[in-house]
Amino acid sequence: MTPTALPVLTKKDFQTDQEVRWCPGCGDYAILSAVQSVFPELGIPREKFVIVSGIGCSSRFPYYMNTFGFHSIHGRAPAVATGVKLANPDLEVWVATGDGDSLSIGGNHTIHMLRRNVGIKVLMFNNRIYGLTKGQYSPTSEFGKKTKSTPYGSDARPFNPLALAIGAETTFVARSVDVMQGHLKEVLKKAAAHRGSAYIEILQNCNIFNDGAWFHLTEKDARSEHIVHLEHGKPLVFGKNRDKGIRMNGLDLEVVQLGNGVREGDLLIHDEEYRNPTYAFLLSKMEELPGFPTPIGVLRSWNDVPRYEDIVANQVKEVTAKKGVGDIAQLLHAGDTWEVK
Amino acid sequence: MATVTNPIVKQKQVIDKAVVRFAGDSGDGMQISGSQFTNTVALAGNDLATFPDYPAEIRAPAGTLPGVSGYQIQFSSSDIYTPGDSVDVLVAMNPAALKVNLKDLKSNGILIVNNDSFTDADLKKAQQTSNPLEDHSLDGYRLFSVPLERLTHSALEGLGLDAKSMNRCKNFFALGMTYWLYNRSMDHTYRWLDEKFQKKPLLAEANKLAMKAGYSYCEATEAFQVSYEIPPAKLAPGTYRNLSGNQALAIGFVVAARQAGLPLFLGSYPITPASDILHELSMYKNFGVTTFQAEDEIAAITSAIGASYTGALAMTTTSGPGMALKTEAMGLAAMVELPIVIVDVQRGGPSTGLPTKTEQADLLQAMFSRNSEAPLPILAACTPGDCFAVAIEACRIALKYMIPVIVLTDGYLANGAEPWLIPSVDKLPKFPVKFVTSPEGFLPYKRDPDTLARPWAIPGTPGLEHRVGGIEKQDITGNVNYEPMNHERMVRIRAAKVEAIVQDIPDAVPAGDPDGDLLIVAWGSTYGAITAAMKTQRESGLRIGHVHLRHLNPFPRNLGQLFGRYRKVLVPEMNMGQLSLLLRAKYLVDAEGFNKIQGQPFKVAEMEKKIQEAVNGAGAKR
Repeated sequence: MTPTALPVLTKKDFQTDQEVRWCPGCGDYAILSAVQSVFPELGIPREKFVIVSGIGCSSRFPYYMNTFGFHSIHGRAPAVATGVKLANPDLEVWVATGDGDSLSIGGNHTIHMLRRNVGIKVLMFNNRIYGLTKGQYSPTSEFGKKTKSTPYGSDARPFNPLALAIGAETTFVARSVDVMQGHLKEVLKKAAAHRGSAYIEILQNCNIFNDGAWFHLTEKDARSEHIVHLEHGKPLVFGKNRDKGIRMNGLDLEVVQLGNGVREGDLLIHDEEYRNPTYAFLLSKMEELPGFPTPIGVLRSWNDVPRYEDIVANQVKEVTAKKGVGDIAQLLHAGDTWEVK
Repeated sequence: MATVTNPIVKQKQVIDKAVVRFAGDSGDGMQISGSQFTNTVALAGNDLATFPDYPAEIRAPAGTLPGVSGYQIQFSSSDIYTPGDSVDVLVAMNPAALKVNLKDLKSNGILIVNNDSFTDADLKKAQQTSNPLEDHSLDGYRLFSVPLERLTHSALEGLGLDAKSMNRCKNFFALGMTYWLYNRSMDHTYRWLDEKFQKKPLLAEANKLAMKAGYSYCEATEAFQVSYEIPPAKLAPGTYRNLSGNQALAIGFVVAARQAGLPLFLGSYPITPASDILHELSMYKNFGVTTFQAEDEIAAITSAIGASYTGALAMTTTSGPGMALKTEAMGLAAMVELPIVIVDVQRGGPSTGLPTKTEQADLLQAMFSRNSEAPLPILAACTPGDCFAVAIEACRIALKYMIPVIVLTDGYLANGAEPWLIPSVDKLPKFPVKFVTSPEGFLPYKRDPDTLARPWAIPGTPGLEHRVGGIEKQDITGNVNYEPMNHERMVRIRAAKVEAIVQDIPDAVPAGDPDGDLLIVAWGSTYGAITAAMKTQRESGLRIGHVHLRHLNPFPRNLGQLFGRYRKVLVPEMNMGQLSLLLRAKYLVDAEGFNKIQGQPFKVAEMEKKIQEAVNGAGAKR
């Protein structure tokens, strides 16, 4: 027996006839393009994809993807998506969200979806600003940032999105950058292959309200000095000349210069499956230390944690196997009954 | 050894009905005594209505006034509609229970008091300055002052239980006494105890002994001279069970899902007094039921919307404060035109209000809470058993019209119980759902001309990929659209869809007189008190009609034509006048409100008095 061949899909199959209404030059275009390139390669029929979003620039995403799509309300995409997944665990459900949508108004839904390990992939577009409401500071804006709502500088410490996701026991945590198409596509593919929750922070530029949000990471010359690529089984090396590395020193990380007796073998070898949560947490906090690069790639990938929707569906199956398919007459007559003649 | 004296001659009186209330500390097991008594009288074929009344605190400090928990039941050999205005038998386990409940005991009523908990300390906790068992304040009642704890202890002597465990059996001693008073068999409760304490047979034995001891105590004590017998009621023939409103809703939803051929999804967040629906539904997994205890009220409804988008019969259950949190999502459901059912088991408000007490003050919230123009159909149940029918009706409308439907019940219906005539499965309505499967001519907002329902195209269906969302839709295509005339058109279509449901609503037919002095228009749990009061007032010569609305939006088509047939319109509600506001606005009718906002249902006597006043007022006006 030969399996029914899946129709070969192309990027074009995932484009809609709707006019894309992001500002010219917005980082969202690059993310859309990457997703439209990756989806046809996954071997999943188009009708199985559901993209759910909340509110914000990023949340217009479903309108531009020719899949099933649900543009819901502010912050609630993870909850809507959880309902979709519970009603049909076979669907391939992705959430498009932003730093305000996911971490401010939707913070509660985000952490609960992640701790349950619902098989949903979250694309969190982080531009560190509220764009659709025209430029207020967001939960990831730098402390002291001057915005329309913080003319004297922001007064609140920002969230570190990946540290938050790791704290919520997320089984797949990764970071990529809008302008690094090749890297972004690889991360998306890895996320797609993950069974449980995936939280992907995509550093994205808002050229209108927060231009250069990630300039220190995206600017060609500085890029390799400020970014360390996380690759499973490989040492943490960075720098234009790949001459710097990161190693453990007690319970801390330290940046070291390679050479003078320091070899790659002394460095931290990345293990995305490492079970001690402290490891991924250290990686997520690295960028906050002076002199440290920002890690991109997969910080954690635990693929053996049961998915929420499977646990729920199995319970239904097990109870049905034990009790038999529910009989309505029995249901109505349950408990003590009596006859009136 | 006790001296054998002349056997006591006991009398048995046959009466029509009785009201019994068990009252004690919230840890005293009064809800258990009450529900055991209820099931026993139900099995004996009496009509009945119950009213559990318990505090919001799980265990307020023992013996204090806020900690008093009560369970009231009226049972009879004829039709009854309420748990009763006043009480024939009050069981009071401590001074606080006595103080809180005495006002409802009929004069010369039977008062059973546990005199073991009337120490100075107990009296102080109940803020009593003198001991009512000694100060003659109870002279107007038939007082039975019983050392309930000591008698329970001596009945359990030899079982090897500690004092605390023995003490916990005293509610069964009290239950045994009431069984003797009303000539009831203890068999049902024996069976229940065996089942409940399957793994702790000693506790089953202890409770049985305590109950038997209570029964025998009445039998042996000279003080108890009379016991009562209430023959079975003449209910419609069939098989009955005892059912609370929350249970009725839950099984109604399971039935609706089966009749629609869909899996059931419940997204819910725990809240009093609605949580029992979640508990109940989570037991029915083998009926294809998925329950999701969400992280908050908003996730509860939005997960239901996601499940509905994916093809489940989806619902969410809550009470007033949770309903408030769900409003934005209800607007979304109205915009994306997906079927969900939203249950609001109303309680006293605003804010946290009176979590365990009843009220009907969420009608306007249900009508108007969404931003902008977002009317939704609203149904209300009127008795615990009626919750079953309303659950099915709500699902049927939601699926037929592709629309979110709101169901209103309240704490009184949710926890109250009544005998329920079990319907035969083949008489239940069937409403199988068809999803769109063919891409040919598919447009997400192309409507059925009769119902204005849009097609239900679920993820996983090849060729039907489409996007929905909260942004205004272009008519027919469902694409994002901001054009002024399209918006007005869509707002009007969404409203017309609600109005179209009127074709599914039977005309209102007043109970009682078709014309006359007074038309009572009401909704929800006031049904029992109104029906009982109307009966006596019509017997005394008044001409009264009663329309009890199941459909609150839209109203039955003919409702406006009924007002003119009566001299006056009265609208009793447990709120400040919400239905009367709607009736006045829609029909320009001079509806008079009768409003009670005490967290307690109407009493029949209150209703009777108001009916008389309203009619006399009407007469004077003429």
